[in-house]
Amino acid sequence: MLSLIVFLPLAAAAVLAAVPPSAGRRVFTGGWVAVAAVDLVLVVAAWSGYDAGGGLDYEQRLPWMPSAGVSYHVGLDGLSLPLVAVTAVLFLACAVHSLRRTDRVKSFVLLFLFLQTVSLGLFTALDLILFFVYFDLSIVGMYFVIARWGHGEARRSALTFFLYTFVGSLALLLGFIGLYLSAEPHTFDIVEIARADPLAGSGARGALVLLAIGVGLAVKTPTVPFHTWLPPAHTDAPAAGSAILAGVLLKMGTYGFVRVAMPLLPAVWRQYAAVVVVLGVVSVLYGALVALAQEDFKRMVAYTSVNHMGYVVLAVGAAGLVAGSDEQARSLAVVGAVTQMVSHGLLTGALFLLAGVLHDRAGSYDMNAYSGLAGPAPVFAAVTGLVVFASLGLPGFSGFVAEFQIFTGSLASATIATALALLGILITAGLLLRALHRVFLGRLRLPGAPGAAGGFTDLRPSEAVSIVPLLALAVVIGVLPRFLLDVVEPAASALVGVVAR
Amino acid sequence: MGALMWSLVAVPLGSGAVLGCTGRRGDRVAPAVGVVTALVTLALAAAAAVLRPAASAPLFSGIGAGLAVDGLSAVLVVTTAAVTLFVLLFAADGAGSARSGARFTGLMLLFSGAMLVTVTATGLAPLLMGWEVMGATSWALIGYWWREPDRVRAADVAFLTTRAADLGLYLAAGASLAGGVASLALVELPGAAAPWLDLVTAGVVVAALGKSAQLPLHFWLSRAMEGPSPVSALLHSATMVAAGAYLLLRLRPLLVASGWGEPVVAWTGAATAVVLGLVAVAQSDLKQLLAASTSAQVGFAVLAAGAGGVAGGAMHLVAHAATKSALLLAAGAWLTALGTKALPGLRGAARRYSLVGVTFTIAAAALAGVPPLSLWVTKDEVLAAALRESPGLYAAGLAAAVVAAVYSAKAAWFAWRPRPEDAAAGWDTEGTGVREVSAGARSALVVLAGSAGLLGLLGLAPVAHAVRSLVGAEDAAAPGAWEPVLSALLALAAASAAWWWGDRPLPVPAVVGRSLRGWLHLERGAELLVVRPVTALARALAAFDDRVLHRAVLAVPVAGSRLARLVDRGAEVPIDGVVRLVARAAGGLGALARRPQTGQLHQYYAQAAVVLAVLALFLVFVR
Repeated sequence: MLSLIVFLPLAAAAVLAAVPPSAGRRVFTGGWVAVAAVDLVLVVAAWSGYDAGGGLDYEQRLPWMPSAGVSYHVGLDGLSLPLVAVTAVLFLACAVHSLRRTDRVKSFVLLFLFLQTVSLGLFTALDLILFFVYFDLSIVGMYFVIARWGHGEARRSALTFFLYTFVGSLALLLGFIGLYLSAEPHTFDIVEIARADPLAGSGARGALVLLAIGVGLAVKTPTVPFHTWLPPAHTDAPAAGSAILAGVLLKMGTYGFVRVAMPLLPAVWRQYAAVVVVLGVVSVLYGALVALAQEDFKRMVAYTSVNHMGYVVLAVGAAGLVAGSDEQARSLAVVGAVTQMVSHGLLTGALFLLAGVLHDRAGSYDMNAYSGLAGPAPVFAAVTGLVVFASLGLPGFSGFVAEFQIFTGSLASATIATALALLGILITAGLLLRALHRVFLGRLRLPGAPGAAGGFTDLRPSEAVSIVPLLALAVVIGVLPRFLLDVVEPAASALVGVVAR
Repeated sequence: MGALMWSLVAVPLGSGAVLGCTGRRGDRVAPAVGVVTALVTLALAAAAAVLRPAASAPLFSGIGAGLAVDGLSAVLVVTTAAVTLFVLLFAADGAGSARSGARFTGLMLLFSGAMLVTVTATGLAPLLMGWEVMGATSWALIGYWWREPDRVRAADVAFLTTRAADLGLYLAAGASLAGGVASLALVELPGAAAPWLDLVTAGVVVAALGKSAQLPLHFWLSRAMEGPSPVSALLHSATMVAAGAYLLLRLRPLLVASGWGEPVVAWTGAATAVVLGLVAVAQSDLKQLLAASTSAQVGFAVLAAGAGGVAGGAMHLVAHAATKSALLLAAGAWLTALGTKALPGLRGAARRYSLVGVTFTIAAAALAGVPPLSLWVTKDEVLAAALRESPGLYAAGLAAAVVAAVYSAKAAWFAWRPRPEDAAAGWDTEGTGVREVSAGARSALVVLAGSAGLLGLLGLAPVAHAVRSLVGAEDAAAPGAWEPVLSALLALAAASAAWWWGDRPLPVPAVVGRSLRGWLHLERGAELLVVRPVTALARALAAFDDRVLHRAVLAVPVAGSRLARLVDRGAEVPIDGVVRLVARAAGGLGALARRPQTGQLHQYYAQAAVVLAVLALFLVFVR
């Protein structure tokens, strides 16, 4: 079942690869939408059949490289299932959003199908080498998306992205090998290593392994100061690429914290949790402040991603500060972190797709060039307005559910850090309202044509159909969060238990 | 019971959301839908006030979303629903073409629905949800005319200021969890453990003072006046500003438990009542005058929360809601008809539109504290509690009452002036007036101003007693016989003096007058002390990010290729040279090795003999 979900897009890609490009772009885009939809249906089926008992479900383990302790081990739990679902949703949204694409459609579709398998694979992987392979392949796939379909200095940004995150992934591999060597018998299996807890009380060695893994994940997340690849990559990537990059690929970093760093190195994590908390707070404030100074809509959204991921890092750090907090608080922080990954995936995905509309219509992301778009494009303005309010953590949307739990859960153990991070939601509110104000309200102004009226088409059906469901999901999570939290909470408290062990 | 509770909040929130989503298509039916929804909500609120429903749903782990109506909630639920109904009725009847569209009505319903959530929430989590949604919808309503940048900026100021204060509630939520109140239930908050209790209290107090536009966060209320008049009427009466005072009244046990909460809150309320009252006196714009008076009047309710007069505070909120919504709707009616809200431009407005004039005057008299109208009664109820707390607090409250009489009389004085010859010259400063007041507006005004007057019944001993037992404050201080008389005399004297003084400039130094007119210039202060430094910091960090951090990262591959060249020249060449040398040497040795291979047998024998000899010598010497 799980492997079917993961490899269906890749199989579809193999079939589509045999179709000549002359068959017409509709074959490819239509096929992509169909495959993504089927995959989403499968994920929903998996969700409804998921047993939220706290353990792993849909587990499967096949030998792969037995001599090296590597196996094909996959499974779902409350930490990974929501991310698998978000991945399926976002890829479907991107498929629908790209229905009108005309530029080298075949390879675009194939690449995204490949990326979907890689992303789903990463969130289901229970073997470090499997995890690493997917982690690296996602970088390769995204490199081509940015380099071939980007705009501006796409090649340069893509190369920066590739080299930076690739170096990060090498650090990650180093850490994984460290784990492998410490485990007796040597294995890359996540479940087995977690059970053995090989680096408990190992002093400097454990710290070095955590440092390597931490740097690898921090680059991907990204946290300050490893974030500088993100703004150029986002700015120059195509809309669907940005949405996947922000919505799915960034989650690989934060997911790595809850899947690898915390359960496999619990004692070391506890020891260095304060460092993680500080990194989180710095990311929150730095990301928000730098976003405040941006003139480019996409760059601004990219920096708010740094800010939003900072809350996740803060929460997982606070969950490691065992002294001074009870289990409920730490569990709340972890649940908040996972919810934030889901919420940020949906909302930032939507924001980047909306930014794509700006570029599609007028070829610019410069906020100074626009004004008063609510006039000609009321639906565009209303949807963006709602996404913006959702993104600044308004109750009724998923962001609040995430941030409230993060703050409430983290305050006990990391009081000052959390209090400082609270300022982040105020700065984010300010900068997002300012952007909304500048681009959509006031008198109409479009780039290149001072005073020209009209000329800005409202959301097209394919755009609306791809973006509005993301917003709708954010509202569902915001109003009725239990369906999500019921899945996440058992896994989160299990994780908190492991870390406190 | 649960169904009643949920539907009380779901009806306005749901229909508001649906209306808001219909866009222009819903414009035609929106006013009717809005009024019907508000009517249904009022009926539900009345039922809830009687039946006292409660409902709860799991929200987060160990933290529920509970809603319940108790005595205090009942008072506010009914008030909110009623004021919303009349404000929507006012707006529905053609007061300006754009006003009552689907977006407007939907947002108003969401706004009042969020207030209903806030006043019925039993825990911090649902309270914060209602609280923040209320703030966000207030942004959308204040900036309703989005083509005008000033109004949107005003909305930004209002939202950001209140949200800054709202952070207090997030802090309070975390602190109460840390302090052992795992459920975040409001009734359990006073039981939080020692250091956290102070943080909970501080967070709640800051959030409440911000929402209620108390000193020093009062300035957003001035900007909030940029919204349409019905928005102001709702925002300044039963929602938003009332929420802060409500929260303090509700969490009075927390203030008591903290030890320092009571005096801080009481004195902040009293100071706001006096200072913002003076600010109101200094205004020359009717809506600004009323805005400042809102801060001042809500200050009485805040004072009540600090001084232990929960019943008085609740009564004051209700009476003020009726009074202020009537006043702002009257101001809105004149604004629509005459196109101005400047006091000098409104000379004679009450004579021209006499029904508006009469209702405005009744409400203004209530605001002035003229007996036997509502605010006279409720203010004395509050002051009785203040007197029991400390004479100084009572004196401050009394001074605030005198100031209230002055600004109310000033507003009425302008409206009742004989209409000057050139009256029309002062009109249409804000847009062209329609020169009429609609029937819907008139009926809303009559009801609200009537309530402002009739709520004076709260002063009758049995009624007052009933209210006290309703909110669970039977032992609250009741005003003695002399206090109402004193306050009535003071109010009448102050109002007469203000009437006699007319529009002559205030007898204060120019600098004081300027600062009062400018709401103490705290918005500029916030701009200078907070906004600008933050923006500058943001720019600096962005420059650092681009020029230092990003460059440093880019420098790594550059340094890498430099290193590569260096290695090429510095290491490759020598290493290459060594390799070549070895090769050459090997070649030389090879050539040397070839030389013995002459192919001549006798030379081979000679060589073999030499080698054997060497071997023999070696064996001899080594062994």
